[in-house]
Amino acid sequence: MAHHDHNEPAEPAHGNGDGELYGVLAEFDTPGELVEAARKVRDAGYTEFDCFSPFPVHGIDEAMGIKRTILPLLVFCGGFAGTVGGLLLQWWCNAYNWPWNISGKPAWSIPANVPIAFETTILLSVFTSFFGMWILNKLPQVWHPFFRLERFGRVTDDAFLLGIEAKDQRFDLARTTKLLQDAGALAVENCHLETDPSRKNMPKWITALIVSSTAFALIPFAVAAKARNSHSSQPHIHIFPDMDFQPKYKADTASDFFPDGRANRGEVPGTIARGNLAPDELFYRGREFPADRSQYNECKDLAADQPCWTRGFPQQIDVSKAFLERGQNRYNIYCSACHGHDGEGKGMIPQRMAELGGAWAARDLVTTQTVITMPNGQLFNTISNGFNTMAGYAAQIPPVDRWAIVLYVRALQRARNALTDDVPPAEQNNAASQQLKAPEPTK
Amino acid sequence: MSSAEATAEGGHDKGKAREAFRAVTRDISWVAEAPKPHKAWLAALAISSAMLMVGLYSIYVLVTTGIGVWGNSNTVGWAWDITNFVWWIGIGHAGTLISAVLYLTRQTWRVSINRAAEAMTIFAVMCAGLFPLLHTGRPWFAFWMIPHPNDMGMWPQFRSPLMWDVFAVSTYATTSILFWYMGLVPDLATFRDRCAARGQNLKALIYGIFSLGWRGSARNWHRYERAYLILAGLATPLVFSVHSVVSFDFATSQLPGWHTTIFPPYFVAGAIFSGFAMVLTLMLPLRHLFNLKHIIKESHVEAMCKIMLATGMMVGLAYATELFIAWYSGNLYERFAFANRALGPFWWSYFAMVGCNVLAPQFFWSQKIRRSPVIIFVLCIFINIGMWFERFVIIATSLARSFLPAQWSYFSPTRYDVGLFVGTLGLFFTLFLLFFRYVPVIAISEVKGAMPEAHAGKEHH
Repeated sequence: MAHHDHNEPAEPAHGNGDGELYGVLAEFDTPGELVEAARKVRDAGYTEFDCFSPFPVHGIDEAMGIKRTILPLLVFCGGFAGTVGGLLLQWWCNAYNWPWNISGKPAWSIPANVPIAFETTILLSVFTSFFGMWILNKLPQVWHPFFRLERFGRVTDDAFLLGIEAKDQRFDLARTTKLLQDAGALAVENCHLETDPSRKNMPKWITALIVSSTAFALIPFAVAAKARNSHSSQPHIHIFPDMDFQPKYKADTASDFFPDGRANRGEVPGTIARGNLAPDELFYRGREFPADRSQYNECKDLAADQPCWTRGFPQQIDVSKAFLERGQNRYNIYCSACHGHDGEGKGMIPQRMAELGGAWAARDLVTTQTVITMPNGQLFNTISNGFNTMAGYAAQIPPVDRWAIVLYVRALQRARNALTDDVPPAEQNNAASQQLKAPEPTK
Repeated sequence: MSSAEATAEGGHDKGKAREAFRAVTRDISWVAEAPKPHKAWLAALAISSAMLMVGLYSIYVLVTTGIGVWGNSNTVGWAWDITNFVWWIGIGHAGTLISAVLYLTRQTWRVSINRAAEAMTIFAVMCAGLFPLLHTGRPWFAFWMIPHPNDMGMWPQFRSPLMWDVFAVSTYATTSILFWYMGLVPDLATFRDRCAARGQNLKALIYGIFSLGWRGSARNWHRYERAYLILAGLATPLVFSVHSVVSFDFATSQLPGWHTTIFPPYFVAGAIFSGFAMVLTLMLPLRHLFNLKHIIKESHVEAMCKIMLATGMMVGLAYATELFIAWYSGNLYERFAFANRALGPFWWSYFAMVGCNVLAPQFFWSQKIRRSPVIIFVLCIFINIGMWFERFVIIATSLARSFLPAQWSYFSPTRYDVGLFVGTLGLFFTLFLLFFRYVPVIAISEVKGAMPEAHAGKEHH
């Protein structure tokens, strides 16, 4: 760059793509000399000038008259927005839109929200100071006229430069150059704008690359927008299927594999699940095979291998007061809704249905003669398997509790149909006992 | 280069200051400009990328199978994964401390190592982030931790320390990257201009894009320095908050051995301790290999040794305090937790921790040792190991012996635990080696600004 060291204040040499004069660039030996030169240039009244150095030179801000940047104020605003935004985000999510009840603690309690508000404060402050600094500096800027000068390539190495733009009102090539030389410049160079269009304009392929990659980048958004606003018979795309799709049959679906076309496989005939063998006919089904059938009205003519309903209770059952109370408890839970607490068939459901104008018949268990005379086994069977519109309760009530209910129904019948003779002698004369009478047979 | 004497007394050795600045540029750029990489660099890259492959395979097996391939169990639900997470995060903290805290306290010696230390921070945070991410089991759903409107109508639970972790670590990673990049821009411009001067147009284009058209304007430097100061001021509370939040993961639980208020300062001291050990582990060999002893001076290494001595004793004090409080509290479970920690089935890890973290740094009392790089390097390796054991001791011993003896168990790592840890070491060293070869390893503009020549020629007004 020796040929530049002698300043030529003559007419700008056109050619080499040199166009209009942009400004002059002077080099100084040390940072200190740059500061002094900057002060002189400012004192001479120039405003459109700048210094360039490989590192921030101490004292140059004051020498050039650079005003303090407003960046700290912007960062304060950014940080404040971070605090408020962080708190609002947490409040809206956890206390307003979807309040979380965690051990009954209040949905909104500041201390536990401080760490995240702190982090969002820092994050937004950092963003403001980083991006704010580049924006205020008008960077990135890919091209600057000074980049044309070879000398300017050393500004990131060892050069201390001062540039004055030609657009400054006080700019005069000869006088400005003289000022810089007097300030101790090692060299003063003229800088011209680029005229060569091939260097001035961005290469076409870069433009094409930017345009096409921008267009391609929009495709996913366009596809997503279309999918959100249209209907499709296809299931949505599962990028991560997890365990949503498994090679297995679900219940009651079709199958090509089995001849009957059903995915369900019934059990092999005669299969009994573990614990469900229930071999005790009397206990599980209320049936027995008596040798002497004279007492058994409904089956006295059947063969000895045909079952009869039992009249008593299985031997596993201990007919006691406690067992009767168990039966009362179970009856009130499972039976009273229809049959009523007293067994007369006037539970809440028939009453309510009558009010609504419907019909819901529940049998009167305590005055209907067929029920009163029904053998225990048959009553047990009715509870287990249902009768007419009544569903069976075998699934809900274990066998021992069904026997308890049988016992309780028997107690209800006995109470409803009691005669004065059934009352203990000491109580026979009170008013309630006087009202007892023999039941009137019903159909 | 022997640093040129400042042209102090007004007299003019023209060009002498410029000569000194040029020498700094040349000596630092040399690392990246050498036409062929150093053989030791190539060997190290081969080893570290092989380790990285082991890690990638472990991740492949982990993601396709599930985290059952680790040694974690119902009892020891956090093990190597969280140990490694805390270890790596802690290592990263030294970088921020050097770049931000030492900047605010005007420790000019930091300029020789801050760039590399900040790079170390970023790579360490990347390694750290992998562990909780993979520990979620289905890392592709990790974005659920970021609050966003979704068709489930669900929001993250912001009052969980694990959620605080997400915000703290991601803010930390973002801040570290921006701070590092901002510091890099003027030096990338140096590389741009040097490549352009030598006609390497593609390299000049790439460095040019990343240097954003930086031209060292005083008006730009003014805002740049202001932003740098602000970022340093923001990074300082941030670095303390990050490791405090990491310690909250443990301290806010009710497990004996975790449920303690000493954790935040204790974790921060440990983080700085391990971070400086890692800085020296990286810088001692590289400073030797790449002839940077006149920039990363002996006095800088010595200062770091003193910091390790101080923080090592802080950590030792924390261990002693924990034991004292366990005894003094009279809490049966607390006493058991610490008796078990030192004398239970993981006794070996406790003694490895105390030996490496409390005893090893005591050697730094001697100036002779603080000036012998080989011994420092060995001690730093011990400290790195010791700090890993510290996290393992806290996590594994406390979980393996919690309230219900019926739940007690032992932890043994599987090959995939080891593989992933080796893989993150590989990732870390691979990135660091690439950084060393392609990016200005030392903050060129900051080193120049700290030189006596930077203030030359100001005397004669």
